[in-house]
Amino acid sequence: MIDKSVKPLATRRAFGETLAKLGEKYPEIVVLDADLAKSTMSMLFAAKFPNRFFEMGIQEANMIGAGAGLALTGKVPFICSFACFVTGRFDQIRMSVAYTQANVRIIGTHAGVGIGEDGHSQMGLEDIACMRTLPTMAVLQPGDDVETAAMIEELVKYPHPAYIRLTRQNVPRVHKEGTKFAIGKIQPLKPGKDALVLASGGVLGNSLEAAEALQKQGVDVEVANVSSIKPLDTAWLREALKRHKKFITVEDHYVIGGLGGAVAEFLAEEGAGKLLRVGVNDVFGQSGTPEECYEHYQLTPAHLAKKFQAFVRG
Amino acid sequence: MPKPNPQISVSELEKIAKDLRIWSLKMIHAAASGHPGGSLSLAELITAFYFKLLKHDPQKPLWKERDRFVLSKGHGVPALYAAMAMSGYFPEDKLMSLRKLGSPLQGHPDRARLPGIEASTGSLGQGLSIAEGMALGLRLDGIDSMVYCVMGDGEIQEGQVWEAAMSVPMHKLDHVCAIVDWNKGQIDGQVKDVMNIEPIADKWSAFGWNTIGIDGHSFPAIIDAVEKAKANAKRGTGKPTLIVADTLKGKGVKFMEEGKNAWHGSAPNQEQLDKAIAEIQAGGGQ
Repeated sequence: MIDKSVKPLATRRAFGETLAKLGEKYPEIVVLDADLAKSTMSMLFAAKFPNRFFEMGIQEANMIGAGAGLALTGKVPFICSFACFVTGRFDQIRMSVAYTQANVRIIGTHAGVGIGEDGHSQMGLEDIACMRTLPTMAVLQPGDDVETAAMIEELVKYPHPAYIRLTRQNVPRVHKEGTKFAIGKIQPLKPGKDALVLASGGVLGNSLEAAEALQKQGVDVEVANVSSIKPLDTAWLREALKRHKKFITVEDHYVIGGLGGAVAEFLAEEGAGKLLRVGVNDVFGQSGTPEECYEHYQLTPAHLAKKFQAFVRG
Repeated sequence: MPKPNPQISVSELEKIAKDLRIWSLKMIHAAASGHPGGSLSLAELITAFYFKLLKHDPQKPLWKERDRFVLSKGHGVPALYAAMAMSGYFPEDKLMSLRKLGSPLQGHPDRARLPGIEASTGSLGQGLSIAEGMALGLRLDGIDSMVYCVMGDGEIQEGQVWEAAMSVPMHKLDHVCAIVDWNKGQIDGQVKDVMNIEPIADKWSAFGWNTIGIDGHSFPAIIDAVEKAKANAKRGTGKPTLIVADTLKGKGVKFMEEGKNAWHGSAPNQEQLDKAIAEIQAGGGQ
């Protein structure tokens, strides 16, 4: 449930603070950024460990390769940029990171239409879809600051490449402090019998809020956090199929290829369940305040509640 | 089997380069596909590195203190596989499994399948960035190893190469030594007609590199240039080195030299292979 006693925090901020902390404990961590250190929050690490921070300039492709080279000398590199810019250099990630088996941690911030005013060119909307296709690549999206911190530490020891998607905007805390995070596990957050809502990233809080509002109207949906989109927790989903027929995915990403795509693939292969994919449909993003964008793309708690209800009743 | 040896003579290297050429062509023939032109142009360069210049141990491919050798022009890998087998990374009989299903000798280098391959390449333009990261990591650890990166001349048409060309000197990575195999050919024609990259050395000098132009088929010239790059690294000049190796695509086999880009990516048949081997053995490679 949403912890209203704590101020909402952007997951990029939680990432930067965590990395700066972990730098002491893990001397093998190195950080690269492509002229966005102030936005990705890698500047917090840079300020503390200038010798292990590399400014790579506006050269995402070169940064990806250099990150791979560092990984091949035993370092644990976190390479940081906006989600759209870093995953836009898909072939470099495909070859120099994934195929080379260089254990780079790729940080993509400014996920989705939630970034607001900068508009479509800066919005990561297809990054999950791209990264999911790469063998051995983990695709992760924490839902709040607590989970971000746990995830980043877990990743220091992870033996494969990973992509981590973070928000620009503040998001409410939904996990208790100290919650452990495990790659490949779905975390149930609220029980319910009418449908299963699988939410990921910046819209997790809104999904919970929508579910709570519906509760009062007699619609009882279960909500779970899918922060590990790949590997996907299919064992948990298979169990969930025993209690639910209706599945709803919620994400600030294209429904094509994102969490919605991943769950659609799972359900189709199981030959079971009915699915509503909520996210950004097959259209471009645009400028506006983050609130206006969420209203326009129908990701606010009120819009989500309406969609959940219609699907449950339909 | 010849052993890597810093004291090895030029005449011994020349013998090894002949065998490397023959192996490359036999492998490509057996696979019925591959890139003979750009493998043959590399023969002296790769021989010089694997049998004289590189600090490496074929028995310990992951030795931390080794020099790194990144073949960014992944399509030239038959020459690299031959050098690796002949220097002891794996048995020579494995060479004939090139491009066969399940083989560690993939059509382009695969680091995860074959110990000793430093990076998976074959999508052009990416090796120098990886070399940069390796040099950054080695410097952090205080390891005094060189990082070599061999690129094709057509390959440097890729934009990412120029990102790295700008970034390596910026990070003062004097232990990076890049080599351009300037064999003048690419798939669609002559490099100067497809997308001109000249003047190569001037461009890299302007980006802050020491540049050295050599005959890429002359062992004394290759050795001298690489020793200069090492001395530059030892002095800590902060400047990386670029060697422009003037080479001939298909070098050592007359019909391949003359056929130019026809032999970029096609395998010789049995008759052509026999003719090529006879010519190499007779000394056509020198």
